[in-house]
Amino acid sequence: MTGTRSGTGLGLDAGSPAGTVEFAMPSLGADMDAGTILEWRVGPGDRVTRGDLIAVVETDKADIDIEVWQTGTVAQILVEPGREVPVGTPLALLAVDDAPEVPAESAPPPSSTTDAPGPVAEAAPPPAVVATGPALLVPASPLARRLAAEQGVDLATVQGSGPDGAVVARDLDGVPTPSALESPPRRRPGPSARPEPEAESKTGSESGLTSVDRMRSAIAEVMARSKRDIPHYYLAQEIDLQAAMTWLAATNDERPVEDRILPSALLLKAVAVAAAANPQLNGFWIGDRFRPGDGVHLGVAVSLRGGGLVAPAIHDADGRSLDDLMAALRDLVGRARSGRLRGSEMTDSTLTVSNLGDRGVDLIAGVIYPPQVALVGLGRISTRPAVVDGQVLARPQVTATLSADHRATDGQLGARYLTTIDRLLQKPEQL
Amino acid sequence: MTTLTDDEARAVLHRAILQVAPDVDPTEVDPDEDLWFALDLDSMDQLNVMVAIRDQAGIDVPEADYPRMLTTADSIAYLRSMSAG
Repeated sequence: MTGTRSGTGLGLDAGSPAGTVEFAMPSLGADMDAGTILEWRVGPGDRVTRGDLIAVVETDKADIDIEVWQTGTVAQILVEPGREVPVGTPLALLAVDDAPEVPAESAPPPSSTTDAPGPVAEAAPPPAVVATGPALLVPASPLARRLAAEQGVDLATVQGSGPDGAVVARDLDGVPTPSALESPPRRRPGPSARPEPEAESKTGSESGLTSVDRMRSAIAEVMARSKRDIPHYYLAQEIDLQAAMTWLAATNDERPVEDRILPSALLLKAVAVAAAANPQLNGFWIGDRFRPGDGVHLGVAVSLRGGGLVAPAIHDADGRSLDDLMAALRDLVGRARSGRLRGSEMTDSTLTVSNLGDRGVDLIAGVIYPPQVALVGLGRISTRPAVVDGQVLARPQVTATLSADHRATDGQLGARYLTTIDRLLQKPEQL
Repeated sequence: MTTLTDDEARAVLHRAILQVAPDVDPTEVDPDEDLWFALDLDSMDQLNVMVAIRDQAGIDVPEADYPRMLTTADSIAYLRSMSAG
């Protein structure tokens, strides 16, 4: 991994003409070393505005929409679709309007002693807009996309039988692979696509690694590093959800199905508000010291149907209304599973939440996602005996756990954090 | 609304599931098996399936009735009863 901050896909090149900056392969998480441009959504001469989604990058974990953080004109595309390049590699040149429009906070951080990505807190892009960008790629399920990549099949040549003609896994049955057709494997072409020969050697079938293998490998690397470097401590708290579930049921009862709020959203809100109140758990451990996040950007672990998981961020979760948070969660989970996440969502999380409640487990002792300093686990909401006013009653409860980095905080603070979540959930109408 | 037949109710359910999770095969699930667990669908998926059912068949399943849609057989019976109402 490069030593310079490249998470925003922005890097100044001293050799460029004045007013021109490089748009570089961003680091989309601690587990990413390289990425492949799948598609450019812009070409030379196109105007781009800060926040625009200008490219799709394939990583080991997902296909990600990449934002640009400057306003200007695309001068030159340097890397064509299909080529895998290391993080930090210049992908395009941009002629910016107000050169050098490099915000001070985007400057590379002091060199850190770890190979962790730069502190996203110091260069965090603005909250991502909720609107989904145009889907220029062939609509396909993530599993189908993965299988097609492994088989070297161009999805554009496959007749989709899913919703709106989306290609799903079964559509790939019996599709002749390029080797059978004696044509090279190629990806869906973007503008002026010319797959590089290197890209072909990267396809799973030839390297012997499937994309699922690669995702496992990426997860393995970062999780092993977490357990090697981070002295975890673990705390758990049973939280009575009688008030929360009663309030939620009454609220949802009056609403059409698409406006209903899931218990997960209520729990996430409490987790986020409590994090804002206990900022020592919300941020990063970099270079032997804690750096607080610039807001509560909650990474939400989402399991993918083909296997593996991603933890994209809901930005500024503590300040959102419950309805807004629910909408953001629904949007995020949907896009995570259809493979349309954005770069800022992959880089910004200040605290991760793992919610395996739907999978029926009660307690999660999670592994922190470095360089974050804490992870909150939420188990299954189930009816269990609780002692209320001296009586044993059946009440809906959840076990909330905290895995925290002992370098950054001590158990006392962690305990206060979980207690804060508990207190907040006793007054759900105020969340 | 006319009352759905068994086959129509099953079709509504399966279409809604496929819209949310195109890669699963709801026809492979035993009629009395926990549908959501068998297909690895979580509460967010379930919410989206309910939205799809409402859009397709005009049946708005109240949250309190979700427990009546745990299996394929129960779901079909439930959707039929709702369409009769």
